[in-house]
Amino acid sequence: MTMSSTWHPHKYLPMTVEDRDAMLRVIGAQSVEDLLADVPSGVRLGRPLALPPTLADDELLNHLRSFADRNGHADKLVCFLGGGAYEHTIPSVVWHLAGRAEFYTAYTPYQAELMQGELQAMYEYQSMLCELTGMDVANASMYDGASAVGEAAVMARDLTKRDQVVVSTAVNPQYRQVLRTYVRHLGIDVVELPYDAGRTAPARVREACGSRTAAVIVQSPNVFGGIEDGAALAEAARAAGALLVVAVAEPISLGVLQPPGVFGADIVAGEGQPLGNHLSFGGPYLGMLATRDAYIRRMPGRLVGVTHDHDGRRGFVLTLQTREQHIRREKATSNICTNEALNALAAGIYMAAMGKNGLRRVAEVNARRAHYARQRLTAIPGVRAAFDGPVFNEFVLRTPADPERLNEYLAGRGILGGLALGRWYPELPDGWLVCVTEARSRAQIDALVDAVRDGVRA
Amino acid sequence: MTPESFPLIFERNTPGRIAVSIPDAGVPDVPLDEIIGATHLRRDPAALPEVSELDLVRHYTQLSQRNYAIDVGFYPLGSCTMKYNPKVNEDAARLSGFARLHPNTPAALAQGALELLWQLEQMLCEISGMHRVTFQPAAGAHGELTALMMIRAYFDERGERRTRVIVPDSAHGTNPASAAMCGFTVVTVPSDSRGNIDSAALRRAADSSVAALMLTNPNTLGLFEEHITEVADIMHGCGALMYLDGANFNAVLGVTRPGDQGFDVMHMNVHKTFSTPHGGGGPGAGPVAVKRLLEPYLPAPTIERDGDAFRLDEDRPKTIGRVRAFNGNFGIYVRAYAYLRAYGPLLRQVSEAAVINANYLLTRLRPFFDVPYDRTCMHEFVLSGRRQKTRYGVRTLDIAKRLLDYGIHAPTIYFPLIVDEAIMIEPTETESRQTLDAFADALIHVAQECETDPETVKTAPHRTVVSRLDEVTAARQPNLRWRPPTTTGVAR
Repeated sequence: MTMSSTWHPHKYLPMTVEDRDAMLRVIGAQSVEDLLADVPSGVRLGRPLALPPTLADDELLNHLRSFADRNGHADKLVCFLGGGAYEHTIPSVVWHLAGRAEFYTAYTPYQAELMQGELQAMYEYQSMLCELTGMDVANASMYDGASAVGEAAVMARDLTKRDQVVVSTAVNPQYRQVLRTYVRHLGIDVVELPYDAGRTAPARVREACGSRTAAVIVQSPNVFGGIEDGAALAEAARAAGALLVVAVAEPISLGVLQPPGVFGADIVAGEGQPLGNHLSFGGPYLGMLATRDAYIRRMPGRLVGVTHDHDGRRGFVLTLQTREQHIRREKATSNICTNEALNALAAGIYMAAMGKNGLRRVAEVNARRAHYARQRLTAIPGVRAAFDGPVFNEFVLRTPADPERLNEYLAGRGILGGLALGRWYPELPDGWLVCVTEARSRAQIDALVDAVRDGVRA
Repeated sequence: MTPESFPLIFERNTPGRIAVSIPDAGVPDVPLDEIIGATHLRRDPAALPEVSELDLVRHYTQLSQRNYAIDVGFYPLGSCTMKYNPKVNEDAARLSGFARLHPNTPAALAQGALELLWQLEQMLCEISGMHRVTFQPAAGAHGELTALMMIRAYFDERGERRTRVIVPDSAHGTNPASAAMCGFTVVTVPSDSRGNIDSAALRRAADSSVAALMLTNPNTLGLFEEHITEVADIMHGCGALMYLDGANFNAVLGVTRPGDQGFDVMHMNVHKTFSTPHGGGGPGAGPVAVKRLLEPYLPAPTIERDGDAFRLDEDRPKTIGRVRAFNGNFGIYVRAYAYLRAYGPLLRQVSEAAVINANYLLTRLRPFFDVPYDRTCMHEFVLSGRRQKTRYGVRTLDIAKRLLDYGIHAPTIYFPLIVDEAIMIEPTETESRQTLDAFADALIHVAQECETDPETVKTAPHRTVVSRLDEVTAARQPNLRWRPPTTTGVAR
């Protein structure tokens, strides 16, 4: 190949043939091949990449729309599906701001003086998450709720020097799967604690915990939507010298529920998606991780702190970095580097938009509408609540129709039905997890009730 | 705090303001304590700021103006591949059919999403020379962990107890950290005088206790491992596997494939190579591609095609399990897919331009800085500020801070660890010759200032919204959150 080899203009490539040849002359190379000489010929790809043909923007968007249109998304079907991801109303302001290119095309704020906007926004996110959870300190995000739970278990092991975690089966099964994957090679045993009547019984926690127990891991609201007795669980964990890790998959609930920091959680690990982030078929979301002041130095992930500049102005920097992999390498608290900063930014903007009263009010609307839906659905002959006890915006029904069949029927009526629980909980083959957020109107709930009534009869 | 400090959102708080509209419940009114139970109710509302919508808009807009980003200017961060993030990709990810698709949607109602991932898997396999891909890992380091777990599962099944992982001394910090999280002992092997991994040292370290070599290629010096075939032979000769840290994949697209170089498994940083935005630190995505021998251990579920239908396959008896809930950072993969379709077979030009740009900058800067490993570079190169430090007492940190005064983000500094006063520069293919020249002029000017006016450099930056920040105080007296004032007016 020589300087005259073909070069196809492309809108993402400013280099012209003239640029290329002039730059090669400055370098002192005949062709780009000279620059690739260190790549041994035996490992070269001696052919063009066999990729599908180049698409122009309009072709590209049409092509992508053809994928998108084949999906049963929340503008096409009215969504009553939860189970770890939740459709909430996202105020327009959230992504108009988080979507500003000055934020989303930035890198990790390594040059703090140039990145005060991102750093301050992260500090504000950390602060708001502390207010929401009642904890002392929160990091600038983990990958997602499930991996945050895995990291929390490792953190508890490091803090207690114990090697067992006890996890309730009322914790989302995907979180438990990730937890097992995370600790498998670290010599940490996972003990699963069966749920009772849709909740985690403190008495069972007391029985299961021993001198090896580093942490008790529960979720509230749990996978069935049930609100756990946090104070009793915290006491049971504490009696065994174990930490209480509380997984929060639905942080909007904390608008009305007692925060884990108040009932005695040592670590809160959870999913921040409901705070202003799109469903997006599972990601990008953000893992929330918050803990007590005393545990900061065993915490994984980035932290933003306040400092001052040479002139005494307040400023923000990444701090306590000696916990992290780029300094400590194999002795770091975690290998995490890239996190979910943009999603945390959106969560921060969402929380600030809601404010003190808005978050409480939106949580109330969730609880009231879910309560209404639960009452109406359980009035349908043959449909009953699987568990008693309080819930926030999700609840399990047992239906006379197979839940997967029922969902197929509902899809025909323009409804995305609840989660069929049988795959996760074989003892609940007729278990159907229904979610009702503030994004569901009374009319939509009534339409669901009518459709379910017909569906279970069909 | 001085009057010049930019206010926190909490300092804009005015009780009674709100930035959202919230519907009435519109259902029969039942007291909340009957629904939830009084003991579970929150007593004090979270002390979130109370602001109007316009207060909120101005606050975050002004914060964005106190930030630097690719759309603002050049971002030569070595090893980070800060290329342009195409706008059409953002439009694609925001299509309702993607952005508003629930991850628990039954596969029959998510065929478009599953097919997109399946098609992306085919493209990534072609580009990498591998056979299967998992999309679960949310970032490069997450991919490293996933890959090492698969490697461990592979040896466990064969009944081989291999406890060590080799990394070169030029490796990213995530490599040893990931190995430790997978229960491996880390063995560090030095680099040779040309910047390759020292093959004699590698030979000495390679034995039946080694599970894998974690290698970045081109490595973090921006140099292609000249003896890559020999390295692969050494590792395979002792029964170990070859892991590629794909952080520098942008250098070799369509030129050489990791699978053909002898790697058995790799992760890709789609937020580097495939143009998805870094988001101020994330989200990324770290898909892991494997050869057939590791396929049984992939995280479940994988995406399978049956005729015209696509499904999630949970039935994988040898899987390492899940590393993340749901289907990975799907929205990021939509962008990566769009990027690859916008290039198609022209993808090789990305790497050609990246390599030309890097060598052009190296040529322009070589006279002004030490170049510890002076070879033709690939997509990035590493200078040393040793000369400036010994002659003028100006550290690389100072040079980086001074560059900020020229409105340019600094290169990566003090990495890789094997270069004294390292300055690691990666221009990427999306920058024009004019931009490269402006950057080279600025850096050369700073190099001259080190000689003529070192004080200005040592006290930089001078033109940013804050001057140099005191990181020591931040770490010694951690203040990691705002706290609401108590009734006495003192923070609790």
